[in-house]
Amino acid sequence: MAASSSSSIDALSQFQLHPSLGLIGASVNFTQSNLFMVIAGALVLALLYYGMRPRAMVPGRLQAAAELSYEFIQSMCVDTIGPEGRRFFPFVFTLFFFILFGNLLGVWPYDFTFTSHIAVTLAMALFVVCMVTVVALRLHGLHFFSYFMPAGVPKALAPLLIPIEILSYLSRIISLSVRLFANMMAGHVMLEVFGAFVVMLGSAGLLGIVPAGVSLAVNVALIGFEILVASLQAYVFAILTCIYLHDAVHLH
Amino acid sequence: MSGTDGGSGGNGGGDSFDSRLRAARERQGLGRPPASGRPGAGGLPTSALGVGLRVAVELVSALALAVAIGWGLDRWLRTAPVFMALFVLLGGAAGVLNVWRLMGPGRQAR
Repeated sequence: MAASSSSSIDALSQFQLHPSLGLIGASVNFTQSNLFMVIAGALVLALLYYGMRPRAMVPGRLQAAAELSYEFIQSMCVDTIGPEGRRFFPFVFTLFFFILFGNLLGVWPYDFTFTSHIAVTLAMALFVVCMVTVVALRLHGLHFFSYFMPAGVPKALAPLLIPIEILSYLSRIISLSVRLFANMMAGHVMLEVFGAFVVMLGSAGLLGIVPAGVSLAVNVALIGFEILVASLQAYVFAILTCIYLHDAVHLH
Repeated sequence: MSGTDGGSGGNGGGDSFDSRLRAARERQGLGRPPASGRPGAGGLPTSALGVGLRVAVELVSALALAVAIGWGLDRWLRTAPVFMALFVLLGGAAGVLNVWRLMGPGRQAR
């Protein structure tokens, strides 16, 4: 696919959206991205449902995984946000596992990584920042706007400082979304490029065999790296959400 | 003999109960010392590449947002370069502020 012509590597066509599910999908523009979102959500639900169904005192493997994931996010919320973090646990849990499963599904061959689209990550980041703002407004009322004017700053600096603080606050949307999107996209482009190297060099005759093997080895290492990045970026997204929620709950 | 057995058995039972209690308290977050309860301080990645990427994203995102706002305001109010010039400066400052929040002294926890 990537090395269809011998002189160019088409590393970006893997991110193109196609309708899935046949005619029904085509008529409502249900793309493979949406399909994998549904699959990721279904997998999370399946993990929790089948994991917790035995309700055993001594958990089996699946139940242990479900309980570990619950406790992991629970402690992340409580440690980062404080005791109030329990109220945001369902949200952070959903966010983390949706992103985690989306990222990990993308490493699987023939699967599509929906988190490699800025539209998806930007929508999630927008939702997070809007929710954080609403939480802060509900908890602190108009006092929330003192967030943009740090204490102990001379009044003369306010016209300069308040726009900067507001920009800094709003730039969370961009940094949160771009971080996840860029990591996922860059990883998949790298995989595609080195995969194309294997094919191109391998077909270039005897001289190309060794570099082709090296590229293949790099690709194997990259897959492992991708699994790391997939988990890490889901974690970073969740913990940054927690930190923003902490700021909203405590206002510094 | 039987007394010793009973004593050691009771002792062992007490030990395991104590350790189980400690484990349970730690699970509930009660046994931990409160100040150092954050391993890795929020747990964000601290590798050089990770930190560099974070700083770059923070710097650029504020600038990109500011440029977008300035461009939009100029387009709306037809004041060609005024808001763009203003917001580029503000955006750069906001980017540096983001990096300061991330890396500056006293904010190591984030």
